[in-house]
Amino acid sequence: MPTITLKPYKTPELMLECYNITPDVFAGKKPEEIAELEIREGKTRVKLGDFFEASGSSGMTAAETDIHIAGDCTRVKYIGNKMTAGSITVDGNADMYVGGWMKGGKIHVKGNVHSFCGIAMEGGEILVDGNAENYVGCAYRGDWRGMRGGTIRIKGNAGNDIGTFMLGGTIIIENNAFIHVSTHAEGGTVIIKGDVQGRVGGQMVKGDIYVFGNIQYMLPGFKQVDKVEKEVDGEKATFLHYIGDLGERHPKSKGKEIYANLYVKA
Amino acid sequence: MAELLVKGGFVIDPTRRIDGDVMDVAIKDGKIVEKVGPGAKVIDAKGKVVMAGGVDVHAHVAGPKVNVGRLFRPEDKLFKSPNAQKNYRMEMGFSIPSTFKTGYDYARMGYSFVMEAAMPPLHSPHVHEEIHDTPIIDEAALPVFANNWFVLEYLKNGEIENSAAYVAWLITATKGYGIKLVNPGGTAAWAWGLNCLTLQDPVPYFDITPAEIITGLIKTNEYLGLPHSMHIHQNNLGNPGNYEVTLESLKLAEGYKAKNKFGREQVMHSTHIQFHSYGGDGWANFESKAKEVMDYVNTQKNITVDLGCVTLDETTTMTADGPFEHHLNGLNHLKWANVDVELETAAGVVPYVYDKDIKVCGIQWAIGLELGLYAKDPMRTFITTDHPNAGPFTRYPRIIKWLMSKKAREATLDTFKHKDKVIDATNIHGIDTERTLYEIAQMTRAGPAKALGFSRMFGGLAPGMDADVAVFDLNYKSMPSDPEKIEQAFQRASWFIKSGEIVVKNGDIASHGNKRTIWVNAKVKENPQVMRDIHEKFLKDYTVGILNYPVHDYLAPHPLVIDVDVEA
Ligand SMILES: [Zn+2]
Repeated sequence: MPTITLKPYKTPELMLECYNITPDVFAGKKPEEIAELEIREGKTRVKLGDFFEASGSSGMTAAETDIHIAGDCTRVKYIGNKMTAGSITVDGNADMYVGGWMKGGKIHVKGNVHSFCGIAMEGGEILVDGNAENYVGCAYRGDWRGMRGGTIRIKGNAGNDIGTFMLGGTIIIENNAFIHVSTHAEGGTVIIKGDVQGRVGGQMVKGDIYVFGNIQYMLPGFKQVDKVEKEVDGEKATFLHYIGDLGERHPKSKGKEIYANLYVKA
Repeated sequence: MAELLVKGGFVIDPTRRIDGDVMDVAIKDGKIVEKVGPGAKVIDAKGKVVMAGGVDVHAHVAGPKVNVGRLFRPEDKLFKSPNAQKNYRMEMGFSIPSTFKTGYDYARMGYSFVMEAAMPPLHSPHVHEEIHDTPIIDEAALPVFANNWFVLEYLKNGEIENSAAYVAWLITATKGYGIKLVNPGGTAAWAWGLNCLTLQDPVPYFDITPAEIITGLIKTNEYLGLPHSMHIHQNNLGNPGNYEVTLESLKLAEGYKAKNKFGREQVMHSTHIQFHSYGGDGWANFESKAKEVMDYVNTQKNITVDLGCVTLDETTTMTADGPFEHHLNGLNHLKWANVDVELETAAGVVPYVYDKDIKVCGIQWAIGLELGLYAKDPMRTFITTDHPNAGPFTRYPRIIKWLMSKKAREATLDTFKHKDKVIDATNIHGIDTERTLYEIAQMTRAGPAKALGFSRMFGGLAPGMDADVAVFDLNYKSMPSDPEKIEQAFQRASWFIKSGEIVVKNGDIASHGNKRTIWVNAKVKENPQVMRDIHEKFLKDYTVGILNYPVHDYLAPHPLVIDVDVEA
């Protein structure tokens, strides 16, 4: 696949807002044109070329375009913002909003990501080899329409507020998570392979949560109804099946109330 | 101030029955004049329509509940906020725009005046701070009275003179403009977790009915001779079958005559009538009763209405009708804010998505437009969206398009998922009426200006009136066949001159203008009993002292004060 390589060569004084680093914007453009794209350093309009050296070639469409960021993006926000297809690889860390509002394609961050990774995501895949801070796959502040589709996989730990207002899609945290999982969710699946401190499924209406480790403080709004065997993300295990949040409204289907499911490894 | 000459446009001025005549409009010192000298700056309006500045009779644009909406809906700004611009303030938000965006957007549409439709008296300083922060447009605010403890007590005892003395004191103290009623009695009942859905439901504790509150405040208004009439958001808003309560409330105006020196003829302004023109006994058989409601309004010269058109947008509802917002939250399960304002009123805020693919929303859309098309007197029927309740005010140009073009209405209808069901429940599909530019000028300018008692200032282009002149890129002689062009023209005026100053040029803001706050200074003869009641209630019941209550002058630094003296 034609690849555009961006090599960071200068550390910005303020965080960069690089909402233009997407296969959709890069498609059909030459490296010189890509270097001219507008980004922001704080409130100042600057050019992508002021901080990155662009080389290689792009495809005709987003789907045919790969972006390789050969360096660290600890101070770069909005990588892959609203992208619909194609792929992005970041060799180091990335700042906030990786894959925000993403509709399709693939993002691979080899280091850590800051907060809001996959915010309001609709489709596609995000893979983070390191840790994520807070708000993985959450809704935008105030919005009741969170992540709708796609997959986010964090190989390390994640912070708080994972899958807030989630409606669909899958979030996998391969290590531990802090607090607030699937708060207000009305769909989707969150899988946590490690431990969670607490506040799991608060005000959750619908959807599924799987926890392979311990939940230190269980919410009182969840009630155990069963013990089940399930294969989750390639791992077979026996889970205690809880339903909840019993303090929240629940829709009815065929006269029966639908609850959110919380499975904790027995 | 410089002289201006708006030259050679198609002038539309219903106040002088001018309909598309090619004329010049001369401007000097902020007023329209007969003639200007040869040195006047010429604005070429050839081939374009020239109207007075727009007058919005009812919108929620300033104050605590608007700000609650802004605070609890950051998502209303997401991807909808233009970036910072040179020389002007940043603009933010869609359904609850920032104060700056509010002023700019109204100006771009050629509007000169907006009435903030529900001021909680206790929070009037906040309302005025925001009004002052809203550039360009002139504004006034209507304090709410229909759930106020003083008013309920005076009216229960039939004491119109005392009610009037209190109302005059409060309007002056809060720098308000007139008498607003929101869900009479129902909001007071909400403090007990109840509501008043019919005109006979007694208000708990006060033991007065909504019907008594409505007639009592009509009498109070005419006793004082205020520039505007009593302005009512009726009981039972938004519920299927509510048109019967609506007609019953409207009939309460029968037999009353307007008494004022401002040229106003109505005694009742019934707002966002769309929300009150519903048939059916549930959402399944929900239907339009626009014809029934408008047929009555058409026969009653002492009533004016505004439409409250649903624009099919994601928006934010906000009202002093506290129980309604609770009810709405039960329907859509989104965010809900609820506030009690001691002794006076309450408020609620809930986001709402008018989805074109939901049958009820489609029917609501049709009802708003049907009312605008059935109206026989455009001088008494005004275009609004009850901003932001049925949609943002920035959609007025779209409503104008729908009212002026059957083709545009059909095109929207064609996008509905439940088109056939919407057609079955409404009359919109069978209405061929297309409003003219003259009628639009009546519904957005001359009409609301007259109803607000502004007919000597706003709404027309006669010499002596305020020099608020909008030029729209529409050719009166050959109107575009594409209705989208109508919407575009009204969205961004080619020119807008406000108080004699060019504030919009080619659709862009060119000046921050000379914003004014208009308020009524109402005087009645000394009423020691009412003054004693006021002081006593501040000592006993209010959490603030009386000295901290009024709106101080510094909060309205550019006032236009209208004196009303009952004794004079
Ligand atoms: Zn309103």
